[in-house]
Amino acid sequence: MQELDTAGLGSIRVTRKNDHTVVIEKDLATEQMVLAMGPQHPSTHGVLKLECLTDGEVITQAEPFLGYLHRCFEKCCENVDYPAIVPYTDRLDYLAGMNSEFAYALTVEKLLDIEIPRRVEFIRVIVAELNRIASHLVAIGTYGIDLGAFTPFLFCFRDREIILGLLEWASGARMLYNYIWIGGLAYDVPSDFLKRVGEFVTYFRPKAVELCNLLTKNEIFVKRTMGIGIMPAEVAINYGWSGPMLRGSGVKWDLRRNDPYSVYPELDFNVPVPDGKLSVVGDCLSRHLVRAFEMEESLKIIEQCISKMPATEGFNPRSAIPKRIRPKAGEVYGRAENPRGELGFYILSDGKSTKPLRCKARSSCFVNLSAMKDLSKGQLLPDLVAIIGSIDIVLGEVDR
Amino acid sequence: MEEGKVFSQSVQQSAAAYAIIHEKFGAAVSAFDANETMPFFEVLDARLWRDIALFMRDHAKLKFNYMACITGMDYQAEEKLGIVCNLESLSLFNHKLAVKVKCDRDGGFIPSVACVWHTANWHEREAYDMFGMLFTGHPDFRRILCPDDWEGFPLRKDYKVQESYHGIKVPY
Repeated sequence: MQELDTAGLGSIRVTRKNDHTVVIEKDLATEQMVLAMGPQHPSTHGVLKLECLTDGEVITQAEPFLGYLHRCFEKCCENVDYPAIVPYTDRLDYLAGMNSEFAYALTVEKLLDIEIPRRVEFIRVIVAELNRIASHLVAIGTYGIDLGAFTPFLFCFRDREIILGLLEWASGARMLYNYIWIGGLAYDVPSDFLKRVGEFVTYFRPKAVELCNLLTKNEIFVKRTMGIGIMPAEVAINYGWSGPMLRGSGVKWDLRRNDPYSVYPELDFNVPVPDGKLSVVGDCLSRHLVRAFEMEESLKIIEQCISKMPATEGFNPRSAIPKRIRPKAGEVYGRAENPRGELGFYILSDGKSTKPLRCKARSSCFVNLSAMKDLSKGQLLPDLVAIIGSIDIVLGEVDR
Repeated sequence: MEEGKVFSQSVQQSAAAYAIIHEKFGAAVSAFDANETMPFFEVLDARLWRDIALFMRDHAKLKFNYMACITGMDYQAEEKLGIVCNLESLSLFNHKLAVKVKCDRDGGFIPSVACVWHTANWHEREAYDMFGMLFTGHPDFRRILCPDDWEGFPLRKDYKVQESYHGIKVPY
């Protein structure tokens, strides 16, 4: 008896023999294959390497390898003055520079214990929320691309361009702003800025709905994301998830509400969490929906800020900036809600130096990504792309 | 806490949480440092850190279920390394508390709390990567940001960068 041919599929092997018998063998221990995904891979959104152990199409283990974009943020901080760290914070989460600056400025101000003019607070919130929308637009657009939908990406970048234009008008830069300084702002906003922002809000509101429908009412998109990569709420908390990731798991936790800073307590906005009607709570689609719905809330915040902001003639946004920034001895952990979650800074000051003794950035992406190993276990290889996309990592913030 | 001084509500909440921990562990934890920016206490007996962590997570009145951050530290004056952990109770209580754990500068070790909070897993790896303290009982203990064969621990105050790495000149 001679074997003619054999074919294998996962744990099943079929052998055809020359006496017309077919032998089907099940539960064979097949060899697992190591598949390296990245560091150069379009769906890893930067230089992230995932080493996947695969059994056929099923992932048994996916281990992230980081550090390709490590730029020694914390070491740099020990060698420069407090205000000089602001441009470095831009380069953490380069898609949401304003938010990173905001978090850093808040932290140092907490240590300095200084009062910030109200107008500055409102301008900060406006630019931070604009940047949040811009960041979510990139997240949603590239997520579509990951799953094969190209059109939403173009819509997203068209509208993001308007935001970047506005921020450039205010700060002079498109992405790396150096605009929110400790104790104030680099410049006051241009005279027509608020009017233009108001026009953008009116323009963008229907576009946001259109964009949301474009993806969430697309059957292919829903099938690729619904029920994939489910993270239960308790595990998400234990993993230290924050931001849209945590809210996607159904935990109503937003630092703007739960640990309020700046003028957020005065503003009226909702914290969207999935209710399980459109998606399975905790899956990739939930995380996407949270981002899509959050844009509307940001628009609401911006509108309220425009109407509440005090107009001051000849306002000097640098009036509250101390001449020399030298905080008293002590330590502080300050944080803010970034588009990707909680960005925290731990700063230790010895009271003598104008440089921090230690400045640590707690990055939201770093923490969110650490759950990758558990999240991808037992998933199909194509779904891995859906999961990474839904985490919405920015490697600049992961590696710092 | 000093008598007669007025503390904000958040510091009072932290102090109440600390009192429960102090009652259980007594001399193993230091006095409560009631500063407004980051109230903390220190674990004096580092070997008990994991027990304290579990107690803090599971006690019905504490429920510190969320670990925000672990910061590696180099306390050069004291000849020690250490970590600062920022803990809080997410959506259950409002208290926040920071915990400091220190260990010897050379070959010192701290019990890993990666089994208590998953967040600690990567943060402890990062602290080791930058400062070189060991975490005992860590499930996956290796460097995370620097390459495996990098020499020294970059964030130590006495760090000297290596001359060359695989034939590439390092200091520029």
